[in-house]
Amino acid sequence: MLNVIWLIPLLPLCGFVINVVLGRRLGDPKSGLLAAAMCGAAFIVTLVTYFDLVSRPEEARQHVATIFSWIPVGGLSVDAAFLADPLSITMALFITGIGTLIHLYAVGYMHGDPKFSKFFVYLNLFAFSMLMLVLGENMLVTFLGWEGVGTCSYLLISFWHTRESAATAGKKAFVTNRVGDWGFMIAMFLAFQAVGSLSYSALNSAAMGGTLVRSTATAITMMLFLGACGKSAQLPLYIWLPDAMEGPTPVSALIHAATMVTAGVYLMVRVNPVIATAFTWAPAVIAIVGAATALFAATVAVAQTDIKKVLAYSTVSQLGFMFLAVGSGAYVAAIFHMVTHAFFKALLFLGSGSVIHGMHHEQDMRRMGALRKLMPITAGTFIIGWLAIAGVPPFAGFWSKDEILLAAWAHPTNPALFKVLWGVGLFTALLTAFYMTRQVIMVFFGKARWEDHSGDHGAHGDFKPHESPAIMLLPLVALSGLSIVGGVLNLPFTDSTKRLLHWLEPLVHFGEIEGHASAGEKWGLAVGTAALCLASMGVAIFVYQRNRAQAVEPQILADGWRYDRFVSWFMGHPGRQAFEATAWVDRNIVDGAVNGVATGVRRSGAVLRRTQSGFVRNYALLIGGGVVLMLAWFLLRAVGVFG
Amino acid sequence: MSESTSFPILTALVLTPAIGAVVVSAVSKRRPDLVKLLALSFSGISAAMSIWLLCTFRSGEAGMQFVSKHAWIKPWGISWNLGVDGISIFLVVLTGLLWPIALLGADAHHDEKPYAAWLLVLQAGVLGSFMSQDLFLFFVFFEIVLVPMYFLIGRWGYEGRVYAATKFFLYTMVGSALMLVGLVTTALLARRDIGYMTFDIHEIATGSQFAASTGRWLFLAFAVAFAVKVPLFPFHTWLPDAHTQAPTAGSVILAGVMLKLGTYGLLRFNVFLFPEASRYFRPLLLTLAVIGIIYGAIVATVQKDLKRLVAYSSVAHLGFIVLGTFAFTSSAASGSVMQMINHGVSTGALFLMVGMISERRHTREIAQLRGLQKVAPIFAVVFTVVMLSSIGVPGLNGFVGEFLILTGTFLTARWWAVVAAAGVILAALYLLWAYQRVFHGEPDEANQSFRELSLREGLVLLPMIAAIFFCGVYPKAMLDRIEPSVKALLAHVEEQTGYEEPVPVAVPVSEPEHAKDTEHAAETEHKEGE
Repeated sequence: MLNVIWLIPLLPLCGFVINVVLGRRLGDPKSGLLAAAMCGAAFIVTLVTYFDLVSRPEEARQHVATIFSWIPVGGLSVDAAFLADPLSITMALFITGIGTLIHLYAVGYMHGDPKFSKFFVYLNLFAFSMLMLVLGENMLVTFLGWEGVGTCSYLLISFWHTRESAATAGKKAFVTNRVGDWGFMIAMFLAFQAVGSLSYSALNSAAMGGTLVRSTATAITMMLFLGACGKSAQLPLYIWLPDAMEGPTPVSALIHAATMVTAGVYLMVRVNPVIATAFTWAPAVIAIVGAATALFAATVAVAQTDIKKVLAYSTVSQLGFMFLAVGSGAYVAAIFHMVTHAFFKALLFLGSGSVIHGMHHEQDMRRMGALRKLMPITAGTFIIGWLAIAGVPPFAGFWSKDEILLAAWAHPTNPALFKVLWGVGLFTALLTAFYMTRQVIMVFFGKARWEDHSGDHGAHGDFKPHESPAIMLLPLVALSGLSIVGGVLNLPFTDSTKRLLHWLEPLVHFGEIEGHASAGEKWGLAVGTAALCLASMGVAIFVYQRNRAQAVEPQILADGWRYDRFVSWFMGHPGRQAFEATAWVDRNIVDGAVNGVATGVRRSGAVLRRTQSGFVRNYALLIGGGVVLMLAWFLLRAVGVFG
Repeated sequence: MSESTSFPILTALVLTPAIGAVVVSAVSKRRPDLVKLLALSFSGISAAMSIWLLCTFRSGEAGMQFVSKHAWIKPWGISWNLGVDGISIFLVVLTGLLWPIALLGADAHHDEKPYAAWLLVLQAGVLGSFMSQDLFLFFVFFEIVLVPMYFLIGRWGYEGRVYAATKFFLYTMVGSALMLVGLVTTALLARRDIGYMTFDIHEIATGSQFAASTGRWLFLAFAVAFAVKVPLFPFHTWLPDAHTQAPTAGSVILAGVMLKLGTYGLLRFNVFLFPEASRYFRPLLLTLAVIGIIYGAIVATVQKDLKRLVAYSSVAHLGFIVLGTFAFTSSAASGSVMQMINHGVSTGALFLMVGMISERRHTREIAQLRGLQKVAPIFAVVFTVVMLSSIGVPGLNGFVGEFLILTGTFLTARWWAVVAAAGVILAALYLLWAYQRVFHGEPDEANQSFRELSLREGLVLLPMIAAIFFCGVYPKAMLDRIEPSVKALLAHVEEQTGYEEPVPVAVPVSEPEHAKDTEHAAETEHKEGE
């Protein structure tokens, strides 16, 4: 079965092609169901591949399927080739699995949109690109997927392109990501120069075999991390992700929460031997950036009023956790959290979409409240997602977040720094529990504030929030199940329950850093963190449900510390002016010099003015004649002197 | 080099459009329909011949193929000497295919007869330039090209056409004059080493031993002419004017193949004839190329005229090609050759589409356009594909060339490659911003009636879109033909200068059960067979 892993990306590609050709004729909902079916078929193939892989002995769980030679020139030989190993298949499993659920959900969510089939064209193209990204055997195939998902992200964010904000957000996402892509490209150049190949196996085995020079490994790590910062929305390149919420909500769930934004984490895990070979400050930088992003985004999420913006900043924050894990050498924990996060964040986004759908496109949480009775299933599943992300045991998020914090706490080589990062991580976890509680209360509990504004919706007649159709609720229920039990992937109790660790072990054993923590420490950390998270939730209930204390939501937090505003100002003013100045120089200095010479020649030739009849063809004739004369002169001279 | 005794296909390829021009001139000017039909037929024949040429071209061979050599002016060693190799074959094919597209894709609006005739003359000149293996013959074709383009801009262009045409002509002429001096001197000096007078570039390249200082002067004489043609910063300012004022067909051809006369010339003549000087001036050319990439992109960003924006993007793209030419690695040089084609296709298509916009709206001002995606979604999709190809998204053609150029350049000129790679960020910026302003948003009244892509326009663009996808997914088909000639050229440089191309050594990897498809295995065998 491993020989047909190319089927996994091919199936969504087929869906894409069919919908390009027939999408309009299939229409709503058939084209959407077709797209979902293709994604589901890819999931089944992935599942079969997975079982095939599991049935093999550990050292044989790797398979390369080469389709054709893509770019063969000189020393460079890049194949269009796929790699099936525990890491890529784990990624493919949750991409196709969650992808299928979100495709189904979108059939309901996008119902009635005039560009219904086009939406699924893009969605299948995205699934294809994302699968290329994770299944690629070399960096260039990954880069193809990397840019492909970026392009799809651009197309889907600006899906409602007549809206100026959506168009701007799409462009911003693409251009910001390109900054990261520059890093990715430089990393590929470095890798090619160092090991003469772009395949991961060559790069990683050079790192493990000690032939990769330390400084090169550091440069590759940092450049790839720059790429990851773009794609996975880390400081300082995160700015595109909150704006990306302009896209339809299924897009936010699939691309900007569950799959695409985790690509950077995947990439870092994939090259973990290179990171391990780099100078120790390189992983430390990754951990610092991750922790800083986690904290930064969590503080911003506390003061957001848009239901999707809270989740967007929350995603940035959770991705920061994953990079903290990567920097701490806890690659399994990073992947574990990526998977559980995919479950509960997709659930939360889809839940928010269900709310928005039921609220007739209202996204402001200040105009919600008390929706649990009108949308019981949405509310119930959303609450499960909330408990999962807040770190309440035994929900999925608790287990994975705990592993990351433990890895930071027990980091052996640089305890002082990583203890600080652990503190930052813990505080972020508390903030997470706080702002998610705030969101749940504002949306589903308290007073129904939407009645106050019923006048605004006069055009709709009676404004009454309603529960979403079954096709949207089914994915919510499935994902909430996963959010409850997701932790079983890697329970820390005994060696045999650490399933994900054993599964990924062969790929990460070189880079994985074993922490030093006693059983007591581990228990203490887990229980303590959980207790503090519950306390933090209690505080939020105290403030928002009971209204016992004034909510503290300073404007500077709502504005995201004004960072995004500063960047926009900088690009719009000094940046723009510098560009304009360059164009001025081009017009007046560079071209001015050319025209100056021309004018000078013309003035000195004023005597010959009479020849200027004003007819273009006469000038041409003169010029042409001149050429002939010059030619003749050179030739005659040649003959005269040498002939 | 093998003499071909069969049908002189290359000579026929040059003569077909030339004869076409004569035939068209003989038709009454009251029959524009007949003129168009004849012009299309002749360019169709050239297109068919160029495809036949590509099909019979032997891949994996480095030397000149289909050579057709006849003495012309014996005493001076000038001959009618045509040939194609991996470096020129695709340029010849692109020239063959672009004319029918340009003729079908854009109208003359007035004076159809001279318009068609000049276009055909132009095609003969461009084809001749790409195929000439004789310096003098090349110069003749290179100059012939100027005249029709001058008239096309000057008579069928937009409001500022006379200024633009004159500037184009004079600017290029100054460069050409230097080249003429250079090429005559080259032949005369080479005579001392070879023993007889010849303009055959292969004889000169292998037989001559120029003193280093002489070689450098000669290099400069050629380089300035080609730098103007490319155009390389700071000789680029004629291009935005020429592009903006030229009729659509003129812009398409200018961007599609004429600028490549410069990059092709640098590779074919400068590097081949003066390897020592090429190595010597390498830092200068690399620097100008990188400046062009960044500077062209920055200036493109703030343009208000859509056509001017695309013109400046050409300055940036052509910078990549020059960068790859002077990196002296086989991947960079192959990438450059490929990028000449890619840029021709993508930018050619962009100019076609901008032409269609200005036909419909009678303006090229970005500020006057808005929300076109809503009223013309198919038009917008096609434009998006072309734009993404120009931005360099992998899977489409533009990426392969750029990536090869940058990877190869990184091996020999690391920091230049690092800066040049930043050009990809700017490319996304100027194109997406322009796209947003033109296609996104709610269309206002003037743009409400924007016509959707017609069937004819779609058919004209179809081969270009197909090429964009094909070259991005399976560039091997091109690279197999390009690479041997590029390698031979680099081997020539290595032999003459003692330079050694750095080739990264692949670290052997032990991979468990490496399954290869049968196709791939066959290709590997094929390579070993060579």
